[in-house]
Amino acid sequence: MLTAFAIVTDGLVYAAYLFLVAVGLTLIFGVMKILNVTHGSFYAFGAYGAATAAGIWFDRGLPDAGGFLFMALFAMAIGLLIGIIIERGTLRFVYGRDEVVVVLVTYAIFLILEDVIVLIWGPRSYAAYQPMVAAGSIDVGDLTLSIYDIGLVVLAGVVAAAGRWALKYTRYGRLLTVVIFDRETAAAYGINVTVVYTVTFLIGAMLGALGGAVMAPKISVTLGIGVEVIVLAFAVVAIGGMGSVEGALIGALIVGISRAAAVHLVPQLELFVIYAVMALVLGFRPYGLFSQVQPRKI
Amino acid sequence: MTMPARSSLLGALAFIAVAAVAPWMPPWLVSLATIAFANALVVLGLIILWRTGLVPFGQALFYAIGAYAVALIGRYTSVRDVFVVILAGAIFAGIAAYLVGFLLARYREIFFAMLSLAMSMILYGILVKTETLGSTDGFHVEAGTFFGYRPQGVWLNLSIYWLVLGFSAVMAWLVSLYFRSVAGSLSNPIRDNEIRVEFLGISVDRLIHLKLVVSGILAGIGGALAALAVQHVDPAMAYWTTSGGFVFVTILAGAGSVGAAFVGSLVFELVRSIAIDLVPGEWQMILGTVLLLTILFLPEGLGSLYGRLRRRKDAAS
Amino acid sequence: MDIRWSLVASVALSLAYTGGASAQQAPAADAPPVKLGIVTFLSGPAASPFGVPSRNGAEIVIEALNAGKAPAPYNTVGFGGTKIEAKYVDEAGSTAQVVTEFRNLVQRDKMDAVVGYISSGSCLAVTPVAEELQALTVYFDCGTPRIFEEKARKYVFRPPPHATMDNTAAARFLLAKKKDIKLLSGINQNYAWGQDSWRDFVGAMKALAPKAAVDKELMPKLFAGEYGAEISTLLTSKSEALHTSFWDGDLESFVYQSQARGLSRRMPILGTAVESVIWRLKDKLPDGTIVGARGANGPLAPDNAYSRWFKQIYTERYNSPPNYPAYQMALSLLGLKVAWESAQKKKGSGKPTTDEVVASFEGISFDAPSGLVRMALGNGHQGIQDTAYGIYKFNKQKNEGEVVDIMRFPAECVNPPAGQNADDWIRDGMKGAKC
Repeated sequence: MLTAFAIVTDGLVYAAYLFLVAVGLTLIFGVMKILNVTHGSFYAFGAYGAATAAGIWFDRGLPDAGGFLFMALFAMAIGLLIGIIIERGTLRFVYGRDEVVVVLVTYAIFLILEDVIVLIWGPRSYAAYQPMVAAGSIDVGDLTLSIYDIGLVVLAGVVAAAGRWALKYTRYGRLLTVVIFDRETAAAYGINVTVVYTVTFLIGAMLGALGGAVMAPKISVTLGIGVEVIVLAFAVVAIGGMGSVEGALIGALIVGISRAAAVHLVPQLELFVIYAVMALVLGFRPYGLFSQVQPRKI
Repeated sequence: MTMPARSSLLGALAFIAVAAVAPWMPPWLVSLATIAFANALVVLGLIILWRTGLVPFGQALFYAIGAYAVALIGRYTSVRDVFVVILAGAIFAGIAAYLVGFLLARYREIFFAMLSLAMSMILYGILVKTETLGSTDGFHVEAGTFFGYRPQGVWLNLSIYWLVLGFSAVMAWLVSLYFRSVAGSLSNPIRDNEIRVEFLGISVDRLIHLKLVVSGILAGIGGALAALAVQHVDPAMAYWTTSGGFVFVTILAGAGSVGAAFVGSLVFELVRSIAIDLVPGEWQMILGTVLLLTILFLPEGLGSLYGRLRRRKDAAS
Repeated sequence: MDIRWSLVASVALSLAYTGGASAQQAPAADAPPVKLGIVTFLSGPAASPFGVPSRNGAEIVIEALNAGKAPAPYNTVGFGGTKIEAKYVDEAGSTAQVVTEFRNLVQRDKMDAVVGYISSGSCLAVTPVAEELQALTVYFDCGTPRIFEEKARKYVFRPPPHATMDNTAAARFLLAKKKDIKLLSGINQNYAWGQDSWRDFVGAMKALAPKAAVDKELMPKLFAGEYGAEISTLLTSKSEALHTSFWDGDLESFVYQSQARGLSRRMPILGTAVESVIWRLKDKLPDGTIVGARGANGPLAPDNAYSRWFKQIYTERYNSPPNYPAYQMALSLLGLKVAWESAQKKKGSGKPTTDEVVASFEGISFDAPSGLVRMALGNGHQGIQDTAYGIYKFNKQKNEGEVVDIMRFPAECVNPPAGQNADDWIRDGMKGAKC
């Protein structure tokens, strides 16, 4: 019973982490059809930015409550900044090129940004544990849960709900849905697709940075954290259906619960879980759980 | 002379020249070129797929299978002949490609890329879990023999280099033949519009399955040769960044010609090595910049340079 | 077809490049310097904990040696009066790349010796190549005992001890502190280092305390980052200690997350590589954590002239005390210096050849900041040393961590005897250990 409860709570926390790092990726893919490898850089810049912000804030002895907000905003501002540089500086020149070529462009930028991190922050690692320590913990039976983790689950839920609301009920969201469905028709109806692309990319970049910012208190912010996140986020998005926010949520839940179950019941399998789930889901639903219908052109 | 004949002749001459200068090349350059050309075989396979519009992010799966086949034969049997072990690597990689092909051939675009990535990562996980094979540390690959002859000292590297060149020449020739066959000619039509090809009465899935097996065999040979050259195998050969490196070289080279794979791979290794030498901490930045500039200013890859030059010459005359 | 011209161009490019490189290295002084290639992680996740400290260690030791300012007997200039010139190379990349770069150092740059390699995979791959090229190669970190067990080597040396003693000593220390331990768990990264560490530790515990049982055996993947499920599993266990070989980023992440959920109140961490993070974690690392440093390095180092000297010059330059990779780099360079100079003495004058240095390297003993090193294993190619473990305690006044209750283990107590395979030695109950 305790194990079942632990699997569910651990699964939810891990799913929240996965969703927060994957949602920006799926948004960009849905609208722009770009599998964005620089998402790993957004995550890393977000984490480094949050750690820097934590340093600025807590070294001055400012109250804990505002610290987390400051970290998240600081990280998102950095995400916005590099998002603008990447989109305006390179990506807009390759719109319309082969999908795979665009992936490679983002891969090239990712390689460059990995070293930009070294140039800005140096090769040492950073910590931003203060918010997690300040949040404290509660005991549930034999288990101790971190309140920060619970907050993470709530935040993931809020982001998912807000994303759904924005897509369904705001003017910009509906424009976005039109572009997702058919770019050419949208353009023919007078939607400025270029602007939609730019805005989407920036939102995606900020979400990626937010993912890094919320994870920063839990981890050691060090070189190479971006690489690990890329494949994880890709897997979640592929399972859920590329471009679907609901899909990313369900994909994150499936992977999160499976991984938690594996760790508790058969720890030896942990290494394979995510890829096994991905192969299994894609074996039955080639385009993911929430894929949109693909029109075929004759 | 017809175009294909001229290309084959030029290609053959180039291979003979590159093989002949080896004893006078600095030894480190021989080793570097050996790895570059072994990897070029994998890139050749990627070009076959790319012409159809498919880019696998998991080609390292077959590369690692070829390499581990050679390494395991050396570890558990007394077979050392390079041609036998490379053939084994090719066969195992081919079988693996045939099996995963049943699943992969149904996918296109980014889904194809992602699923092939998942496949290679499962192999990576299995290799990491296999502690008897050294897990991530990997293990030593026994040196090969050539029909019973066991080269020593400098001749070891040179003979492996010539072996790689020999395989490269044969494979390059076979692949260029394939490009001119019916199955090969259908690549671009499939990329442009699959349904029209289906309406011609051709099964696209089966064609793609065939291409997967061919590219898997090429990757297996590349991995087998790399294992013999490096004398060590480890699970990182199956990791997705290895696959990413192959895709990188494919884009650098361009899908235009068979020879471009070899030039692209050599240029890649040279750039990487020089970057590591000049800026040991920030060499990835140089690699990324080269890739970015290639895509932006040489959309068809290095292979298109020669075509451009020739067009300019034709226009002048 | 374009290969012809591009090939000519690339060959020309690389030849021009070699020319340029050798022109750059024109000797400035009258005697050509001793050229050392130093290979360590300069990028990627292993750079900050291992690569950069070891590079710093190399820089500062080479500088001190070139100035003739190291404590006796290391106070001759450079190696035997000749200054040392170092070239630093990144270890990151595939094994093929590591081997290619090694060949470049030996064949293109004509290094007199290569000192380096953190990853055991790199060492295993470089070893046969070093033998083939007859290039003097000194490993300073990689832990696997396989290098000298698989085959006898001639040109390859590893002065710092291998990883076996980290876990045999860990078991002995744990039992000295908790004689009646009944249940323990482990969390190790799912790759060669983590798997080997756990196997050695469990093997040693079985030999020393057959009654102690293993409860949870967790193997998250390398750089997993999020350990919620692992921590819950451990919270449901009644284990009395938690063995881990985590290092740097993963270790810090695990400590932050497990601290937030009170794991340290249930069981202390026994970490074989904890030393690398104590200066950063400060009061976040729970008191009572058992600290290992892959030998008597860092706060576990014996108090002698060499350790005081090394700690002082390193701290002055880099504003933080050296950690174990820095100690191991210093040790390896000093060992090479001793071998080089004794070869030179035997020869009488001039630069000793590689074979002469190799001959005088085998089986020597020398002093290092981490104590006496004896090249006792692998036909005199593998060093052994005494090691130590201690308990972490945060000193609030100094705002600095301390390691107290330090216990030392003689080299012969925690290392296999010469000629015996480390895995077999542990499995057979560590016979012949002199404690």
